[in-house]
Amino acid sequence: MRSFFHRHGKFQPIAPHDDREESHIPDDLWVKCHRCNELLYSKELEDRARVCPKCGYHFRLRARERIFLLSDDGTFHEWDRAVSPRDPLEFADSGGSYTEKLARTRQKSGEREALITGRATICDHRVALAVCDFDFLGASMGSVFGEKLVRTVERAAERRIPLVTISASGGARMHEGLFSLMQMAKTVSALAQLGRAGVPHIALLTDPCYGGVTASFATVADVVLAEPGALIGFAGPRVIEQITKQKLPEGFQTAEFLLAHGMIDLIAERTMLRSTLSSMLAHYARADARQQARLARHAERPEDVALTLTENGLVAAHVPALGIVSHHEPVIERVGMDD
Amino acid sequence: MTLTERDVASPLSAWDRVKLARHPQRPHTLDYVSELMEDFVELHGDRTYGDDQALVGGLARFGERTVLILGHQKGTNTRENISHNFGMPRPEGYRKAERLLRHAAKFGMPVVTFIDTPGADPGIGSEERGQATAIAQSLMTMAELTVPVVAVVIGEGGSGGALAIGVANRILMLENAIYAVASPEGCAAILWKDAAKAPEAAETMRITAHELHRFRIVDDVIAEPVPAHEQPRETMLAVGRALTRHLDELDAVLFSGNARGPDQIREDRHTKFRRIGAWREEIRREGGLPAELIIP
Repeated sequence: MRSFFHRHGKFQPIAPHDDREESHIPDDLWVKCHRCNELLYSKELEDRARVCPKCGYHFRLRARERIFLLSDDGTFHEWDRAVSPRDPLEFADSGGSYTEKLARTRQKSGEREALITGRATICDHRVALAVCDFDFLGASMGSVFGEKLVRTVERAAERRIPLVTISASGGARMHEGLFSLMQMAKTVSALAQLGRAGVPHIALLTDPCYGGVTASFATVADVVLAEPGALIGFAGPRVIEQITKQKLPEGFQTAEFLLAHGMIDLIAERTMLRSTLSSMLAHYARADARQQARLARHAERPEDVALTLTENGLVAAHVPALGIVSHHEPVIERVGMDD
Repeated sequence: MTLTERDVASPLSAWDRVKLARHPQRPHTLDYVSELMEDFVELHGDRTYGDDQALVGGLARFGERTVLILGHQKGTNTRENISHNFGMPRPEGYRKAERLLRHAAKFGMPVVTFIDTPGADPGIGSEERGQATAIAQSLMTMAELTVPVVAVVIGEGGSGGALAIGVANRILMLENAIYAVASPEGCAAILWKDAAKAPEAAETMRITAHELHRFRIVDDVIAEPVPAHEQPRETMLAVGRALTRHLDELDAVLFSGNARGPDQIREDRHTKFRRIGAWREEIRREGGLPAELIIP
């Protein structure tokens, strides 16, 4: 098996950001496996993408750790870091105001929001990435999460690059009320457009994934993958037990349970994820090249096709008979801080 | 204290409205259908597993139009509530909704949905049959529709289970209805660690029609000077008038003379949801300090 680590490197903290306080790689020498209780040498665990060598338990990862593991060295370019949350409801609970909570969370997590987005390559395939950070308020989906995801989807559609989302979330963020709920519709509506553009969306569900995230963008992907053992569902297990007063079946809501019930395409082990994605991205690239070739042939018959050449070399082909609109990738990439 | 009369001097609290929104005698979807519509033909089943009576649908004549009706259905007593699962749809309910939405799109019928649910069913069977995926797919199908969609929150707009039939061009809301990301009890249990704090949670969650209208999420608030269960017919007629007005406006877009009408309807719906959110964004100016842009 080809090493998951394409650079002989071991699991290292990702290039630190200005407001990043500390790395989240454990400093302790030994770590206890949450599942089999085996005492693991932390360096060895890191070398294995934090998958327990004894029982295969997949430890949770931070967003930037996932991006580091998944993308080709140094290719990740972050988008929309300047977008940060507000407190539109002036929400306060027994623990204080949402604004204070955000400040504390930002300090503790080193992130400004629960979703990190950007572009990168995976085994030389260009992708748009959106990755949840569970350490930021349980990666709950609020306005910023939704907005960043939608912008990522729009860029993916515009540039015709596949979208990869990695979800782990407690659901919609209660502190932003209905603004949060509406992000479910907002993200799915953007994905409908991505779908019409014929650009693939591959989703990876990781532990834990619940509520408004599972019930929106994460499960309408063209391909839905899940990490082994990840708990995935709509309602949380405690809520179900409380309401139904029934004992939950063995393995309830695990990735394996979802696979058996036909809800996901594949269980992707972390150490194989890069190669799985690489094969899949190659399939879509091949299919897309074929589509483009067919459209180009149509382009030779002007009665079917209207071609538009724009300033930056963007070519739009419209085939009215088929109702297909295709935007070839721009020759020159957009340049700017958000790029 | 009774809530049967509105006390102008002390307007209703959010929690008062929660109680009104959940009042068992409040008119439910099928009451609206029989009051406002003619020739209703209920269509059953998801063609895969079953028929969910918590989410009903069918074809009805509303004025000049044949519309597709979808709505959560609660009961008025325990027996009815059990057969309607307290208005909490299971995955087959959302799959039926999706099937009927496609049906409406196929024949160019406008869609009217009535939202009135505590939320999607949280049972073991619902999880096994893919509750989350069923909701997500329903959202996707609604986002794709090229026919006008108007949603009315008539009672309880409970979370994703409500939104699943709420991706509409227009969202209307009765004055004493609520629309929330989670139930006040659920929110209180998680954030206050005490479900008894639900009245406080209800206040800070901003779940009332007027607040949501101020946030520009809800497009129109339908006045309810007397609670709906006290004056059901007047309330339903007011909803009917609002529905007609919004369907007329959407038809004006649809019939606007160019062939892109249906695409425009879908595009307008996307734009409506695209702009919902509140965030701040620092924009770097050349050589200067970052400027801050606050949206909306």
